[in-house]
Amino acid sequence: MNQPTIKAAPTYTEFHPRWYRPHVSVYWWLGQWQYLKFILRELSSVAVAVFVVITLFQLRALRNGPEAYARFQHWLQTPLAIALNTISFLFVVFHTITWFNLAPSAMPIRFRGKRLPDLLLAAPNYIVWAVVSFAVAWLILR
Amino acid sequence: MASRPKSNLRRYQYGEQVKMADNITLEIARYSPERDAKPHFESFQVPVHKEWVVLDALNHIKDKLDGSLTYRWSCRMGICGSCGMMVNGEPKLTCATFLSSYARNGNKIRVEPLRYFPVVRDLVTELTDFLAKLKKVRPWLIRHDDLRPTEGEFLQTPGQLDAYKQFSMCINCTLCYAACPVVGLDPIFVGPAAIALAQRYNKDSRDQGADERMAVLAHPEGVWGCTFVGECTRVCPKHVDPAGAIQQYKLSAVLDWMKAFVKPRGHQAVRRESAND
Amino acid sequence: MDGSSHDVLLVGGGGAGLRAAIAAAEVNPKLRIAVVSKVYPMRSHTVSAEGGAAGVVKPDDSLDEHAYDTISGGDWLCDQDAVEAFVKEAPEELLRLEHWGCPWSREPDGHIAVRAFGGMKKRRTWFAADKTGFHMLHTLFQTTLKYEPITRYDEWFVTKLLVDDGRVQGVVAIELMSGRIQAITAKAVILCTGGCGRVFPFTTNANIKNGDGMALAYRAGAPLKDMEFVQYHPTGLPFTGILITEAARAEGGYMLNKDGYRYLQDYNLGKPEPKPVLRSMELGPRDRLSQAFVKEDQKGRTIPTPYGSVVHLDLRHLGEKIINAKLPFVRELCLKYQNIDPVKELVPVRPVVHYMMGGVSTDINGATPLAGLYAAGEVACVSINGANRLGSNSLPECLVFGARAGRAAAQFAAEQKAPDGKTVAQAIDEQRRLETQFLRKTGGWERIAILREQMQKSVESGAGIYREARSVTEASNTLRELQERFANISLDDHSRTFNTELQSALELGFMLDVAESIVQCALNRTESRGAHQRTDFPARDDQNFLAHSVVYRQADGSSRVEYLPVKITRWAPGERVYGEQTKEQPQALPVRRAS
Repeated sequence: MNQPTIKAAPTYTEFHPRWYRPHVSVYWWLGQWQYLKFILRELSSVAVAVFVVITLFQLRALRNGPEAYARFQHWLQTPLAIALNTISFLFVVFHTITWFNLAPSAMPIRFRGKRLPDLLLAAPNYIVWAVVSFAVAWLILR
Repeated sequence: MASRPKSNLRRYQYGEQVKMADNITLEIARYSPERDAKPHFESFQVPVHKEWVVLDALNHIKDKLDGSLTYRWSCRMGICGSCGMMVNGEPKLTCATFLSSYARNGNKIRVEPLRYFPVVRDLVTELTDFLAKLKKVRPWLIRHDDLRPTEGEFLQTPGQLDAYKQFSMCINCTLCYAACPVVGLDPIFVGPAAIALAQRYNKDSRDQGADERMAVLAHPEGVWGCTFVGECTRVCPKHVDPAGAIQQYKLSAVLDWMKAFVKPRGHQAVRRESAND
Repeated sequence: MDGSSHDVLLVGGGGAGLRAAIAAAEVNPKLRIAVVSKVYPMRSHTVSAEGGAAGVVKPDDSLDEHAYDTISGGDWLCDQDAVEAFVKEAPEELLRLEHWGCPWSREPDGHIAVRAFGGMKKRRTWFAADKTGFHMLHTLFQTTLKYEPITRYDEWFVTKLLVDDGRVQGVVAIELMSGRIQAITAKAVILCTGGCGRVFPFTTNANIKNGDGMALAYRAGAPLKDMEFVQYHPTGLPFTGILITEAARAEGGYMLNKDGYRYLQDYNLGKPEPKPVLRSMELGPRDRLSQAFVKEDQKGRTIPTPYGSVVHLDLRHLGEKIINAKLPFVRELCLKYQNIDPVKELVPVRPVVHYMMGGVSTDINGATPLAGLYAAGEVACVSINGANRLGSNSLPECLVFGARAGRAAAQFAAEQKAPDGKTVAQAIDEQRRLETQFLRKTGGWERIAILREQMQKSVESGAGIYREARSVTEASNTLRELQERFANISLDDHSRTFNTELQSALELGFMLDVAESIVQCALNRTESRGAHQRTDFPARDDQNFLAHSVVYRQADGSSRVEYLPVKITRWAPGERVYGEQTKEQPQALPVRRAS
């Protein structure tokens, strides 16, 4: 006697000729603003990498002496470098904010039976960021 | 929940007559495997009543206009999880989505079956996959001892109950699967609701099965498939926060992996306060 | 025709069905158990139960008191041996569920918390916030996942019981996904399909509560019992019919008429106190509260709305903190469906059909007079609810009698030989009937929705809260006419794949049979008791009617009502008294030792 097609533990629905399987397009992330924001957030890691690479070049220039450093500083003033740095900076800020806001969901902290709101847990990160930024800015501009 | 929940319905006073207001057009995805190769849309005009939800509109169509319209529904109060559909591109419970909130935006509502599931007919999706994924994470209380009813209950303080209560609210409506792009791109990914359910048991102070579930979920198709898009939490009608559950699980999976270097195999995965251990 | 064979087959996968499946699997792990449900089990209507489940656990409480509350609440129509077994096993079942992980609400020290509930003298209702049924069903469903012997047939719609040799040998079911019609044979069948609220126009019940199991048993020759007893829950939201749980009143809500007056004090339900008093005022039994509403309405003291008259439920004095802690789902429902915040505003409510005390007649182990057929849960009538069910008794009823029926069916199945092939012929006949009457039919003209609405309207007018001979007879005639018109039904949907219109048509057929039995029983019971109130016979008549109405289907399609005396063990019938705080509970006769 036939058993109905119910398996104990399938992990993927078998292909059935009559069910319609909508095709997920390669451009799925353009369909919705939340998806686009997600992809941009992930792409911002490229911007972080760009900053790191520029910093590495800067360190190498520093090591190679004053002329190398001067050449590097000259390069930094080209429109390409300025554009690259600006775009990367914006992405890094976006990356930082989204990261700070999302990280607390991995660590729920309960205080007196109630869960502390995520933004409260994110606040220390923002404070440290602000303090460090002011300190660095003061060091450079003093 | 601390703050007042949102309400969709415009206020009306008692005694105010229910107006047969505007009509609204519903564009509904139709698909009959015996006739069609792929879905197409059909439009229906439905009267707008202040109290009507999208489900009422679908029932009106089925009862009066086209009896072949096919969809699932049962409780009509947002607790059974049957009536999930895409409404204007958003996964929603149609029993909790009011027509009046769409009546202003160009008077059209597009209703489609939940995304990323195979479509059986019209608005009905195929759920065998989802059920299998639920079962895979071993969503039952795992104990290594046996307690008989005469020995009384496991003690669990309200604080311990709160630790997993949110994750126990899942109604299995699969809106989170329709929102998660990873589910769409990688059908073997276990998915938000399943992991939230696993966390519901992991965080339950009476449970001792975290190790077994870790073996299933600390896996590329388990928690590591998640890239924290966060859409699942946004669309969840019961505020279960599956994204939070998954990130917490990732953290415990990492801690578990680190502990494996220090302690031999067979250690307790997650340390919980357990009054009965 | 394809087929498959099992030992125990459950029709319905809700609280009773899943509990019975687990019980059968635990009796004998080698049994092949099938759960055939027309929806996925977690969609079963158990999921919407909110208030709680009663079980005696506190030291100041006793089984006898729970039994007395149940029996008096049921207006002495309960079978007392069944009630005694029920109150004894209820706490064990609820504890077993706790061991399976059910998140019962707790007291600060970690023990199970209990709260007051309507009609109960002591606090004994366990609860899981205000989503008790939801948590119970999900716990049961997730627990069944670990039992390998249980095979689930999700979204298979049972259309007929296979009966041969005076014994039930399985079912015929449609696999909704593909439309194929298949015989699933089994040595024992347990009906757990729930109640029939959708027979009425205004109900808390989900779309799936069409009395399927009652009609299946009725057509197969098993009798239905006490069908005239339909419970109207006093607090349902107007238009949607969504339930506002009794827990709202247990936490201290007041019911006010249009003058802001707590009108229940006029109806022998006690004196109004600021805090809730057990078995008094708003914590009285549901039938009396609903009847009080009708009387207030007749006096013109209710508030008219476009969707019927309402009274107000006042929760404002409870405060936001308690409402968010104990009644969060109530707040959510009021806000979403009425745009009213119970913290600040009055909630409009009216009586709504909620539960069916009657059902398939079973004994204390869930067995019907038809061999091989069992029933448990709301579909069954054991009867422990009598003429009126107390709140928080039906969830433990599902567990206790689900477990009993599961064990009894497993034992029965172990003693039977396998079903023979003769039932295949019946299944082929059923397939032919479905095709000729519905799927391939041309020329019909009646629409399902219209017949359904007319049925609901006539049942409400004939078998509402108050009944009298003329309107009941009229309803009976209308229903007969609707049965004839049902033969001319036409479907728009002739497809095989997930044909929900066919399902609605079959459900309408079931509902017409169930409505017929309700109306016949209501006509024949010429007394008033509990939820069955006859304006032409307003008094309770223990002389003639301390008995269950048992209705059988005759060969010509009409029904025959007989009476079966109620089993009285230790509590002699008395007056139902509510509202008096110091009144002592009548002494029960001492327990006779079992011989």
